[in-house]
Amino acid sequence: MIRLEKRKEPSVFWIYATPVLAVVLTMLVGGLLFATIGKDPFLAIKTIFWDPIFGEFAFYYRPEVFKKAAPLVLIAIGLSYGFKAGIWNIGAEGQYIIGAICGAGVALAFYPSEARWAIFPLMIVAGFLGGVIWAMIPALLRVYFKTNEILVSLMLVYVAEVLIKAFSIGLMRNPDGHGFPGSRNLNQYPAAANMELFAGTGMHWGVMAALFSVVATYVILAKHQFGFFVRLTGESPRAAGFAGVNANRLIMLCFVISGGLAGMAGLFEVAGPAGQILGSFPAYYGFTAIIVAFLGRLHPVGILLAGLLMALTYVGGNAAEAAMNIPSATIQIFQGMLLFSLLSVDVLTNYRPRFVARQGA
Amino acid sequence: MSRILLNIDGLTKAYPGVVANDNVSFDIGHGEVHALLGENGAGKSTLVKMIYGLVKPDRGQMRMDGDVFTPSDPRQARASGVAMVFQHFSLFDALSVAENIALGMENPPSQRDLAKQIKEVSENYGLPLDPRKTVGGLSAGERQRVEIIRCLLQNPKLLIMDEPTSVLTPQEVNILFETLRKLKSEGTSILYISHKLDEIRTICDTATILRHGKKVDTCVPREKSARELAEMMVGASFASPSRSDRTLGDVLLRVKNLSLAAADSFSTSLRDVSFDVRAGEILGIGGVAGNGQDELLSALSGEARTQHDMVQLSGKPIGQQGPNDRRLLGVLSAPEERLGHAAAPNMSLVENAMMTAASRQGLVSNGFLAWSKAKGFADRVISEFDVRTPSANNAARSLSGGNLQKFVIGREVLQDPKVLVVNQPTWGVDAAAAASIRQALLDLAAGGAAIIVISQDLDELIEISDNFAALNEGRLSDIRPMQGLTVDQIGLMMGGAHDAEVAHA
Amino acid sequence: MDINPILLASAIMVASTPILLAAIGELVVERAGVLNLGVEGMMITGAVIGFIAAHETESTTLGFMGAAVGGAVVSMIFGVLTQYLLTNHVATGLALTLFGVGLSALVGQGYQATNQVPVTKMPIPMLSDIPVLGPILFRHDGVVYLSLIAVVAVFWFLSRSRAGMILRAVGENHDAAHALGYNVRHVRLMAIAFGGACAGLGGAYISLARVPQWVDNITAGTGWIALAIVVFASWKPWRLLIGAYLFGGVTALQINIQAMGLDIPVEYLSMSPYIATILVLVFMSGGRAPGSLGRIFSASS
Repeated sequence: MIRLEKRKEPSVFWIYATPVLAVVLTMLVGGLLFATIGKDPFLAIKTIFWDPIFGEFAFYYRPEVFKKAAPLVLIAIGLSYGFKAGIWNIGAEGQYIIGAICGAGVALAFYPSEARWAIFPLMIVAGFLGGVIWAMIPALLRVYFKTNEILVSLMLVYVAEVLIKAFSIGLMRNPDGHGFPGSRNLNQYPAAANMELFAGTGMHWGVMAALFSVVATYVILAKHQFGFFVRLTGESPRAAGFAGVNANRLIMLCFVISGGLAGMAGLFEVAGPAGQILGSFPAYYGFTAIIVAFLGRLHPVGILLAGLLMALTYVGGNAAEAAMNIPSATIQIFQGMLLFSLLSVDVLTNYRPRFVARQGA
Repeated sequence: MSRILLNIDGLTKAYPGVVANDNVSFDIGHGEVHALLGENGAGKSTLVKMIYGLVKPDRGQMRMDGDVFTPSDPRQARASGVAMVFQHFSLFDALSVAENIALGMENPPSQRDLAKQIKEVSENYGLPLDPRKTVGGLSAGERQRVEIIRCLLQNPKLLIMDEPTSVLTPQEVNILFETLRKLKSEGTSILYISHKLDEIRTICDTATILRHGKKVDTCVPREKSARELAEMMVGASFASPSRSDRTLGDVLLRVKNLSLAAADSFSTSLRDVSFDVRAGEILGIGGVAGNGQDELLSALSGEARTQHDMVQLSGKPIGQQGPNDRRLLGVLSAPEERLGHAAAPNMSLVENAMMTAASRQGLVSNGFLAWSKAKGFADRVISEFDVRTPSANNAARSLSGGNLQKFVIGREVLQDPKVLVVNQPTWGVDAAAAASIRQALLDLAAGGAAIIVISQDLDELIEISDNFAALNEGRLSDIRPMQGLTVDQIGLMMGGAHDAEVAHA
Repeated sequence: MDINPILLASAIMVASTPILLAAIGELVVERAGVLNLGVEGMMITGAVIGFIAAHETESTTLGFMGAAVGGAVVSMIFGVLTQYLLTNHVATGLALTLFGVGLSALVGQGYQATNQVPVTKMPIPMLSDIPVLGPILFRHDGVVYLSLIAVVAVFWFLSRSRAGMILRAVGENHDAAHALGYNVRHVRLMAIAFGGACAGLGGAYISLARVPQWVDNITAGTGWIALAIVVFASWKPWRLLIGAYLFGGVTALQINIQAMGLDIPVEYLSMSPYIATILVLVFMSGGRAPGSLGRIFSASS
């Protein structure tokens, strides 16, 4: 019988080893899965994980990986503050959508002005603020009414989905669009388009923002008092109170950060890869980002790597679908398994398995 | 038939580093109310755990009505007729009284029968309870009744009660005593754990006194004076402490009519607490746990805000200020709970140092933390207070209790406070560490700081306090100079009897 | 076009049944102190397994049974992880949702747009002939009746049975329950399995009765609504019934109002269930959540 014994210190070895172990485990189980549906497991794994970066068509796939990783990383970084402190913003998807709406709204309001130097920054601010406002709802309700933020933020995702659909056929509908739903395509509006900074790399402004947020968060968590307070609150709320942390202020700030970054991610998407406000704009980045955050162990560098990995599974999964007729649903299974694996092996960080002889009844 | 119910012979239990019970022997007769007397750490709870089957003795034997008694778990103990009312209740707030009682029983009758039984028994023993009421809405005394009724419904031969009056009002104590007397008249034996001397002398037939795991004596409490009992509990080796002639300076901390409502049903309200502490003075505040100690510390540390001028530093009202503002002003504190309150268990000692020393030691500037300076400070604490740990980067939870306590206290002492409030500074700490902590406090006072020591350890308070007061149910007794205070006066103050009150019956 | 109120009422009951089933299962789980956010994943797994089982065996009854078993099995992943490996409930539940959605899409590949014999209606003799009430209440298929029975059964279980009392105790204060000698983990695992079975059943109802077909993502968020309804109901079975029917009602009504050509923007109607939930969550905080809900229990013995 195996018993779990709490370690005196969290094991440093396992802190780094568990994500690696989780990935390996997932590949193993995934490979098995592929085998059972009659596909060559090794080829499948290679197509998904290796080819997009190093294979024949990598020049096409690599930028796609960056483009998919950007919103994931940006949102996940924002979420990591709250998650570390035990504040569960599950509605990042909603904040992402509202950010997109606000940012696009600003752009469309200025159309067809050419003043990019003013419009684009304003759009970013609008995206940020849109996400913040949407996140303030669960934040305020939690602080003043002690309402569960998980459910409130989640409900607001549905509301946001309805709103974007409404806007796409109503207020924001493209007047030159021949009656089809959807706003003007922002990619064709130079002042507002979220373009690549380096041609062919897929690194648009959102990617830059994501990278910047990773660095900034690293610094904040390591060196700034706010980061310390966030960690302390998650570790030991009573000790945080003793250290003088104002719990309500912390909750609000965490929501501002996660909502704002999610909103910005939405703006970068709608002005970039997605292009327009459409009912089908929501792509569940807000939810996948939650997984990225956990996979990255709520650490900025971890999140960067996890985001890239997740993006790889998206892109690789699509490639496998095209090349080997493997259904794209496998991507989600993979992602789910990754998280399961990580959660399971994570227990090794704080607990040591002990084999104990069964005690006599 | 022998009149002895439970015979305990040479019971011994050792844990790494400490012998909790050392060759303890005594008897409990049928229908006898037997007190188990001793200070915290004397070995009372370990002994009782062995009787209730929670712990296995290393050596020694127990006999129940002549038969060998070796319960391997509480169920067996209960089956043999032992019932226990713990100090901390296992109750479910959202469930009714009847449901709570049913959950604690092996084979509960139907809800209807149970409700009837509860009503009967509770009224019979003078502890009326409505079986349908939700436990969450009951007072602490009523909750205890639920626990007691739960036990009584099993018709126990021996009822163990652990510090039963610590949560009761004086009236409720009287009611409880009536109940115990009735039980006694019916032949039930009671093992009464307490260190309230006047109560023991009131209700108990016999008393066994433990100190440092050994039995000091078994006697008839009514034949002894409170002073004699206290001396046996504490150790006659206490001499009137020689106070270093510290000249006391100005009043640094003034607490005036401090009242603070309890935050929840588990907390104690503070009522009209007032005292002054001068520079160089050590004020010892005694009292059994659960009488407002945590709450008092929170009010002084800034975790709980009070009215503006209920707490004043050198005349300046600070009642509304938070912990870090107070730290900047020089008011520091060390809470009782080492892991989870005074220190974050999974964080390193460096981070735990940063937790309270940030503002005073200049470890923060513009929001950015100077980690190397923090490590330097943590290293200083470790070396000056002899904290045994491989390095300051180790997690707090990896330290032994004594070493962590040295760190927690040392962290505050080295910040050069004007006022320091500590709660149970040497609880669970080995003798050497305890001595060094007490010396550190004395030195701090000699340097001009005002210190408040909240503690359940009489030895300690007697040794280091200049003045003494007792906290009881959120109220503070009068403050008396430690010198010349007799032990039975101390015991009475801690037990709740104030000058003007007469001990029960 | 007029709305036939009788047909509407009947349609509401059908629309509400999946939510009701999933929610009543989750209610039991949460009363035991566990927050399982994986309801959506369990529902959709049940939907696909139920559909496949019914299709292969040509028996909808076997389909439903398969769905319940499938839901329970999948829920055990969550159960083992949270109770034995002490993982974070929120993350594990979300992972379950993702995994379930993906798994069902994969497994359901070959069954898209295949037809399925719909569930047979089981009108109750005599009662179904009562004017007005008859068509509304008594001409449904077996699962609708089952869902209502489930509500009654859970109510009885929680308030009148000893096992239910133990479950409530575990959910209220797992430390005290442990101190009294109850096996917290076992109780919770069983509750989680029950929740999984119910969610699976609810999902299968969508694919076998309401639609009845298999398409990707057929549950479309119903699992999340079920979670909200549990809170809306303050963890009480009767209020859950009302909540489920309210949401089902809004959905059914919405379609009808659209058909009527009324000028209420569809968006407001679609939003209303979610906004209503938020309002309820804020103002109906009279209901106490089970004391140990969401807290990780590690037996320290």
